[in-house]
Amino acid sequence: MSENVTLPEQQGSSDGVRERRELLSVEGMAMHFPIYGGFPFKRQVGAVKAVDGIDLSVYEGESLGLVGESGCGKSTTGRMMTRLLEPTGGKITYRGQDITHAGRRQLAPIRSEIQMIFQDPYSSLNPRQTVGTIIKSPMEVNGVNPSGGRENRVRELLELVGLNPEHYNRFPHEFSGGQRQRIGVARALALQPKLIVADEPVSALDVSIQAQVVNLLQKVQREMGIAFVFIAHDLAIVRHFSERVAVMYLGKVVEVADRDSLYNRPRHPYTHALLSAVPEADVDSASKERIRLEGDVPSPVNPPSGCRFRTRCWKAQDKCATDEPPLVQISGNREGHLTACHFPEDPTTEKTGADIVLDPALAQLEKTADTE
Amino acid sequence: MTTLTKTEDTPAPTGPEAFLSVRDLRVRFSTEDGVVKAVDGLSFDVERGKTLGIVGESGSGKSVTNLAVLGLHNPQSSSVTGEILLDGKNLIAASEKEMERIRGNRAAMIFQDPLTALSPYYTVGRQLAEPFRKHTGASRKEAKARAIEMLTKVGIPQPALRFDDYPHQFSGGMRQRAMIAMSLMCNPDLLIADEPTTALDVTVQAQILDLLKDLQQEFGSAIIFITHDLGVIANMADDLLVMYAGRAVERGTVREVLQQPKHPYTWGLLSSMPRLGGDINEALMPIPGSPPSLLNPPSGCPFHPRCAFTEKVDGERCSGERPLLAEGRAAACHLTPEQKRTIFIDDIKPRLG
Repeated sequence: MSENVTLPEQQGSSDGVRERRELLSVEGMAMHFPIYGGFPFKRQVGAVKAVDGIDLSVYEGESLGLVGESGCGKSTTGRMMTRLLEPTGGKITYRGQDITHAGRRQLAPIRSEIQMIFQDPYSSLNPRQTVGTIIKSPMEVNGVNPSGGRENRVRELLELVGLNPEHYNRFPHEFSGGQRQRIGVARALALQPKLIVADEPVSALDVSIQAQVVNLLQKVQREMGIAFVFIAHDLAIVRHFSERVAVMYLGKVVEVADRDSLYNRPRHPYTHALLSAVPEADVDSASKERIRLEGDVPSPVNPPSGCRFRTRCWKAQDKCATDEPPLVQISGNREGHLTACHFPEDPTTEKTGADIVLDPALAQLEKTADTE
Repeated sequence: MTTLTKTEDTPAPTGPEAFLSVRDLRVRFSTEDGVVKAVDGLSFDVERGKTLGIVGESGSGKSVTNLAVLGLHNPQSSSVTGEILLDGKNLIAASEKEMERIRGNRAAMIFQDPLTALSPYYTVGRQLAEPFRKHTGASRKEAKARAIEMLTKVGIPQPALRFDDYPHQFSGGMRQRAMIAMSLMCNPDLLIADEPTTALDVTVQAQILDLLKDLQQEFGSAIIFITHDLGVIANMADDLLVMYAGRAVERGTVREVLQQPKHPYTWGLLSSMPRLGGDINEALMPIPGSPPSLLNPPSGCPFHPRCAFTEKVDGERCSGERPLLAEGRAAACHLTPEQKRTIFIDDIKPRLG
């Protein structure tokens, strides 16, 4: 499945990121979670194809956004990049070293360079440990002894993320959600990583607090030059944070481009649909196209043949069911803008024609409303 | 705790159109740590066929208000005072029996998480049909026909087969559609939607929002739409109420509030939210601090500890005196209208792009 979906060298030659060195790259990475069934002997009866052959590169110091709907495999991708999960297929290369199936000992030096920030600040901090212990423990595990001592370093980190260093001895329950997420950020920074995978770091927070954490992450990313993989479902936040964005659908990357190309000149119908579905806090936003897809994302146990989006796509033809479109730079795209589609859309988000309403109930209701 | 003695929020005159009108609503919960003033003197009106949007952070009292409208609070641990007039009838004084006749019939609710709101033990069809039979006295067969009709209307494929499915066999978007179908079974005049799309993906959210709008046109119900997403509000609502710490801080039509917001909290909400068309080099301007505890809300204006403009107000008014929310288009803030206009135009508007 992954043979026809390569051209990672094109990503390397893209604008702006051309000079930078590749930090982490994945080729044809896949994760199939087995499903067991049967009695009395359990046998594998299928697999959830959470991630099914993706190619991505993260460059030093850049921020790569990963967007998609729930169940599209974006979190699984993040977990494989940090090697919390071992891929069932494909290859992960970190600074030229193949870490796809690396063992515990082989990974040890790399673990400290790839850190993760989790979605839920309530379940990702041990309630029985003080903040100091939580932030200190990565240093202890990795035997890092900063000059001035670990405790001093923890205080510095607390100050860096905007918490009072005197809160060193407090427990997580004494903090609010936003502050807890700051503790999570401090912990991820403790080892001075080169790459941070942030898995929906703000989606559990209140609107007014989200911006605080986004600004903090942005400051950290710019000042310390850490590469970020920013996983989120909120397209506006990803646009704000990431220089390059990859859109995932049902275990595949369908489009990857620099921020400007993806948001202003998207080519894949799914990207169009996503962008048109984002509600904007603007009462007169009529110039945007209006696309309403039908139903939900299909099950990853039994994904559609060919192009996975074809079951919800308004441009699907016979070819889409038989040939899987490769992720390539199609004509009319800028450098580094890759799209996996046989029949791409025009590169604009402006309204070009009539609304596309695929949802049968909506179409029915709107038809009756029009005739009245 | 506040220095306030008189009751604020002078009741707005109840127009003939106001279908639901809430006056000086107060909801209190007694807990081990003290009394939580979850809603503190809230008044609003909803007209037939219109949508009132309520925005606010978690803990601002938006859900509590609407549970109070349907009388869903445990009377043993909470006290609800004030007036809730549904078509002229005060629901606070109503007995449990009367409330049962109203709930699900004249007023219905769509909950945030359809998986927890639907019972896993009964089929979707049974959960749809039961309230309909109870309220209208319809036969089993009629109720089933009605349920299938509603499932078709909200776009569940093969509704006759799906009628006998359990909630876990539905996907997230379909469950929310089934919830909407359930709430519309008895043609309610008032529909309360409590964050109905927060748990859904954007593409599904867009479908559900359009569906609700179209259904409202067809049924003409009044909708109270609760959310924390200003984008969703801009799409859905006619009027808007911004809540903070159990009180309304700004009120107006959606256009007025989103285009000429007058309260510093609304400014904060708008400028802390990234936009698809915004300037990416402009840093987000978050609201400092975190929402207050309702056990011990700040004195005076509840927003003053997080507000950037308190020094523009003379003396200690912000921390000492609670600003009132006037009738109609208004914001509960001590800044003069002139100050608000200049601050918004000079400091806030350029950031919104």
